[in-house]
Amino acid sequence: MNGIHDMGGMHGMGSIAYEKDEPVFHEAWEGRVYALNKAMGAWQRWNLDAWRHDIETLPPADYLRMSYYERWLAALEKRVVTYGFVSRQELQEGKAAQGSSKAEPALTPEAARAIDRGIPSSVDPAIPPLFHVGDRVRARNLNPVGHTRLPRYARDKTGEIVRDHGVYTFPDTNAQYLGEERQHVYSVRFAARGLWGEAASARDFVYLDMWDDYLEPA
Amino acid sequence: MVHDHEHQAVPSDPALRVKALESLLVEKGFVDPAALDAVVDTFEHKIGPRNGARVVARAWVDPAYKQRLLDNAEDAIAELGYPSQHGEHIVAVENTPAVHNLIVCTLCSCYPWPVLGLPPVWYKSSAYRSRAVIDPRGVLREFGLELREEVEVRVWDSTAELRYIVLPERPAGSGELTEDQLAALVTRDSMVGVAKVRL
Repeated sequence: MNGIHDMGGMHGMGSIAYEKDEPVFHEAWEGRVYALNKAMGAWQRWNLDAWRHDIETLPPADYLRMSYYERWLAALEKRVVTYGFVSRQELQEGKAAQGSSKAEPALTPEAARAIDRGIPSSVDPAIPPLFHVGDRVRARNLNPVGHTRLPRYARDKTGEIVRDHGVYTFPDTNAQYLGEERQHVYSVRFAARGLWGEAASARDFVYLDMWDDYLEPA
Repeated sequence: MVHDHEHQAVPSDPALRVKALESLLVEKGFVDPAALDAVVDTFEHKIGPRNGARVVARAWVDPAYKQRLLDNAEDAIAELGYPSQHGEHIVAVENTPAVHNLIVCTLCSCYPWPVLGLPPVWYKSSAYRSRAVIDPRGVLREFGLELREEVEVRVWDSTAELRYIVLPERPAGSGELTEDQLAALVTRDSMVGVAKVRL
């Protein structure tokens, strides 16, 4: 979707606020909401792409106003209701309905210490690459209303394949549970002048990781 | 919580909302609070930029390790005993006198957290995400790093499940330092590409 989250190249967002010796979490609730997301993610009712899309579909004004972990909290509150873990009434009251059953937590303390988020890649000879290192490619001019990882600033721009990263799940379909559509992901090198015009330095380049379905021969 | 008026009974203070949500999910058995403690502890104390600094220092003192890191960063990082992780693949990109690399995620907050921990607020900010791709030299200037015009700038926008870490240049005059002393010099910012490593 052409959402507020797709902000590469926008102007007007101000200067970068740097905090020296920044803590991992500024307030205890930030750590809790991070951990709650992981613990609820362990139920595997939603996938990472659908999760990202929940954040992206926050109303733009809210997205900009909220802090990073406030976005996570808003998305998680919505998600636990949407996926049927709790009712809206339970969420409003902060209390389980009378007589509701009790589950066994999906995330154990031992598993909580492992690093396991993300969508794995694979080597799969059955899925041949559509492009090869050195190929000139154009990012397709796609404007889906659902989730996509093809930023607006790269669409219809021309670059060069510099690395084949192997086979990955396609986020645009996976976010909607329409299938994994596994395909190759490449590192594609774009000249900054091709993206931003003559004002950019001729020595600047932007590299994006792109799935086969985002690309066409140039 | 302004996006859904039906939620107005929920307190607006995020700390209270999180507390209410946690107690509800614990009460219903979906979440073990000890697991939440373990997640927070892991990110506050176990995973952080010190891990990445050790990878960088090893690459500086061991050319064969450096080559393995650039060829297959995950395996090279796992050699140092960091928990192997399934999911995001890590790619190391090398800074040289002629090339400077900068990492960003314009769409969200993708970051090489197995080696750097969770990203700082500025990395996730609209200002950094919007500008890093269109004005990388201006962004670097804001971090106090002025690059010579002839240096090639490579910005890595983490749009898929690849996670990038910058292998910064080893500072001149550091030849006598031990690997541990070198690791102590390596900052998080240098591994994102917004700073150089200084003696």
